[in-house]
Amino acid sequence: MNLIGELLIAILVLLGALLCGLGAFGLVRLPDVYLRSHAATKSATLGVLCVLAGAFLFFFFYIEVVSIKLLLGIVFVFITSPVAGHLNGRAAYRSGVPLWKGSVQDDLKPVLKKRETKQTDTQHKLE
Amino acid sequence: MISVLLNISLVILALAMLACLYRLIQGPTRSDRIVALDTIGIHLLAVIAVLGMQQRTEDYIDMVLVIGILTFIGTAALARYIERDAVIEPGGDKLDR
Repeated sequence: MNLIGELLIAILVLLGALLCGLGAFGLVRLPDVYLRSHAATKSATLGVLCVLAGAFLFFFFYIEVVSIKLLLGIVFVFITSPVAGHLNGRAAYRSGVPLWKGSVQDDLKPVLKKRETKQTDTQHKLE
Repeated sequence: MISVLLNISLVILALAMLACLYRLIQGPTRSDRIVALDTIGIHLLAVIAVLGMQQRTEDYIDMVLVIGILTFIGTAALARYIERDAVIEPGGDKLDR
């Protein structure tokens, strides 16, 4: 039992650290804000989740406490980290950061343009 | 075995934070810098969890919660600042899109 727990903790912590490193590598190498945000947000979230789950198992096996605060931290990071990445991507798009020239699809552009024309139409009617 | 492995994980996380620091200094736009700061904060959570495992104490777990909350609030405020040039607008939300 103890050996299995140790092995599980080792795999979880090392996998989490490797995923964090992979996300940082993507953050350095990718060409665009949006692609960088994609790499950083997803892999860092999964990596931190793995490390925190390993810490939970560690405290469960070695100190024999069930750390509710750690579970709360896991749930909180799992909810807020993709939300933060999405907020940042939307802010970058609306403040006019250009897409990488190799990007093939831009779904937000026609939606924003349609809303803009609708707004100007209502303004004309009001005037 | 497990202490060696925790040391290896700490080294990998430190290298990842250094890479984020490079993006924080180099980043062409402000959004790049915000992404890098957010990622540094999230990696800091993992570093604190590994430190708590290394010293066999659960006193660091409060810090995980606090840093997670502060990172999220800081990123949300900075993204709002970039989007509207103000975190809290004086006359309410004018950018009604």
